[in-house]
Amino acid sequence: MRMRNLVATLGVGALALTAVACGKDEPAASGGGGGNASDSCGDLHKFTTASGVDVAGSPTFTKMKSAGKVTVGVKADQPNLGYKDAGGKRCGFDIEVARMMAAGLGFDPDKIEYKEIPSANRETAIAGGEVNYYVGTYSITDKRKKQVSFAGPYFIAGQDLLVRKDDTSMDAGKTALKGKKVCSATGSTPIQRVKDEQLTEASNISEFKTYSECVSQLLDKKTDAVTTDDAILKGYAATAPDQLRVVGKPFSTEKYGIGLPLADKALRDKMNSILETSASDGTWKAIYDETLGKSGSTSTPPPLEKY
Amino acid sequence: MSALYDVPGPRAQLRNRVLNVVVILLVAGAVAWVVYRLNATGQFESRRWVQFQYTAIQRQLLDGLLNTLKAAGLAAVLAMIMGAVFAAARISDHKWVRVPATFVVELFRAIPLLILMFFFYYGSLQYHLGLTPFWAVVFGLTLYNGSVLAEIFRAGIAAVPKGQREASYAIGLRKNQVVRLVLLPQAISAMLPAIVSQLVVLLKDTALGFIITYAELLYVAKQMGGRLQYGFPYIPTYIVVAVIYIGLCSLLSLLARYLEGRSRRRRKITGAPPPSAAEAATSAEAPL
Amino acid sequence: MFSVLTDNWDLFGQGFWTTIKLFLISGVLSLVLGTLLGTFRVSPVPALRGVGTGYVNILRNTPLTLVFAFLVFGAPKMNIELPSFFWSAVVALTIYTSAFICEVVRSGINTIPPGQTEAGRAIGMSFIQVLSVIVLPQAFRAIQPPLMSVLIALLKNTTIAAGFSVAEAGAIPAAMAERGENQMLTLVWITIGFLILIVPLIFLQRWAERRTAVA
Repeated sequence: MRMRNLVATLGVGALALTAVACGKDEPAASGGGGGNASDSCGDLHKFTTASGVDVAGSPTFTKMKSAGKVTVGVKADQPNLGYKDAGGKRCGFDIEVARMMAAGLGFDPDKIEYKEIPSANRETAIAGGEVNYYVGTYSITDKRKKQVSFAGPYFIAGQDLLVRKDDTSMDAGKTALKGKKVCSATGSTPIQRVKDEQLTEASNISEFKTYSECVSQLLDKKTDAVTTDDAILKGYAATAPDQLRVVGKPFSTEKYGIGLPLADKALRDKMNSILETSASDGTWKAIYDETLGKSGSTSTPPPLEKY
Repeated sequence: MSALYDVPGPRAQLRNRVLNVVVILLVAGAVAWVVYRLNATGQFESRRWVQFQYTAIQRQLLDGLLNTLKAAGLAAVLAMIMGAVFAAARISDHKWVRVPATFVVELFRAIPLLILMFFFYYGSLQYHLGLTPFWAVVFGLTLYNGSVLAEIFRAGIAAVPKGQREASYAIGLRKNQVVRLVLLPQAISAMLPAIVSQLVVLLKDTALGFIITYAELLYVAKQMGGRLQYGFPYIPTYIVVAVIYIGLCSLLSLLARYLEGRSRRRRKITGAPPPSAAEAATSAEAPL
Repeated sequence: MFSVLTDNWDLFGQGFWTTIKLFLISGVLSLVLGTLLGTFRVSPVPALRGVGTGYVNILRNTPLTLVFAFLVFGAPKMNIELPSFFWSAVVALTIYTSAFICEVVRSGINTIPPGQTEAGRAIGMSFIQVLSVIVLPQAFRAIQPPLMSVLIALLKNTTIAAGFSVAEAGAIPAAMAERGENQMLTLVWITIGFLILIVPLIFLQRWAERRTAVA
């Protein structure tokens, strides 16, 4: 008797699996009933892969070379920056920078392996060699420079607030945060600033692994503001403009750098020179306009900080 | 177990029937309320479900499921081995084997599984051991469940009636033979249900992997649910994933019940005493 | 070694205090709900038995992490509000743990010899009376060891709340990474903290085991 039950259950399970196994190929361009923005990533920028590259004295490069691929740490949930669509394709400004670096180091786009690393684990992942380099809204700070090193900056952002569209109580910017519930990613610079400057009470701070989870809490009124760099927030606001908006009073300067293992000066120099070239030949502007620039803003390549 | 109340008389029957209807109505009401709530807040809107139609999403879910099964399968095998080794060590006659084994088993049962995984995850990164999150999940699961299984095996051996052991020694078997030929086979059959339910626990615990970025089923679910473009479809995704988990674990539990029934029937035939001691020992290891 | 702990005493102290609060509150609530469900499972009303069985089968086969995720990300989506993430964690842990306590209570009830309940019924006691005066008091003694196991597991399970914005002991590693502290030493100290909390529970369990063995 029992055995027959078991077989029946197995059969139903198998049926369910086959039922699932047929599906549509590509996510539709417009997201079903009422989605505003297309979820799918469009065409990516075409970089020319450099040939015969050698970065003398770079242990990381030697590792990439012998592996025949580059492993890049990225984020997956930030529209227009580091995003993975429903079809599994990745796009955004950070992704383009990561691809540009790979191309400049002589690796074709299909030789890139992306790894999603949460903010709190970035230093350990870079220092431990889980990724070769990291491109994911990673602010250059003195404290982090003790554990990893940075090429760049390749972009300058500022900490801002994302609020519900109808909520005007925080339009004054960071001074209006007292008594408000604030959410950000665990281990990120913005939440550390909120704590250090005591912009709101400790009990009002919530932290999640990703910003998406914070935005979800914001829409559910479990938090009043999501704080992080405006570049990230604009991506969300552009996705749901009838529900969300960015306050627009940035209260910090965040220099995004490419995270590298601490001792690898040779690779850092090489990446800085790739960035320099991209700034002068117009590549930087091209990939900006194709990604972050879509929400209407303009920007210029920031000056590099070589060390 | 029906000794708790009499066979109901006419009045009790009526009362039970009324209560029955009331409870059914309450449950139906609760379900209806939840469905109403889900519907009123737009959780059944097609934009929140449209993701499931895409081949790429289905493949991601399938990959997540395979990753879950891969980690659970490997960890189960390793944990069984560890359990057997440490159970044997714990009943050893040599103190220098018994004491360290006891210490290890007790220690790993006391450390939260998440912290065990953190040890492998952060440890590997800090000391460049090159362990991927997959191995952190597998080793974490192995150490914890291996320790619990060691206790289950040991309890099973202890539950075999003393006469069996005494008779074996009396006919001149060595300890190794007594354990291997007499005690262990009986212990394993008595403990099979407990072993399988521990494996259910192991399967469920793979879900902790998402915290250390192992791309198992729940990790994929969080990613799918976190898409603002589809109106944060957390509820649809969690419903789908819950069905998968409950289905998988129920299959295992069903297997456990089947084995339990089989061993009970067999015991009845051979006329062995009811395994009340074994059952008590099993429930002492309430798997969580 | 010690400076990792002493320099970050605020983090460790608060983290473990939150862990203890989570454990105590959800422990008491799980005992109440679990016992109630356990009596459902042996009641003369079939629908109540169904509720108990259904509850246990669903919750025992769902990962705790999923229960957490549902309450933190799912429930607000259908306008079910909980006062804070701490309370979401309490509810998640209670819902999950009571399924296991229910099973322990049920198996405990089953260990009471039928003669006991038959005697109770013979002197005219009702189901509720038999249960509350005769069965449960004895059952609770028999189930103390497995009950402690469930509670120990609950204590360890509180660490999962770290993934859901509750700053308990399991969240210390992430906060320490922010401060740039040594991760392995941090984990060693967290382990020691948990051992300090769990070892007394284990001894309590041993003691209960011995007492029930004698009785």
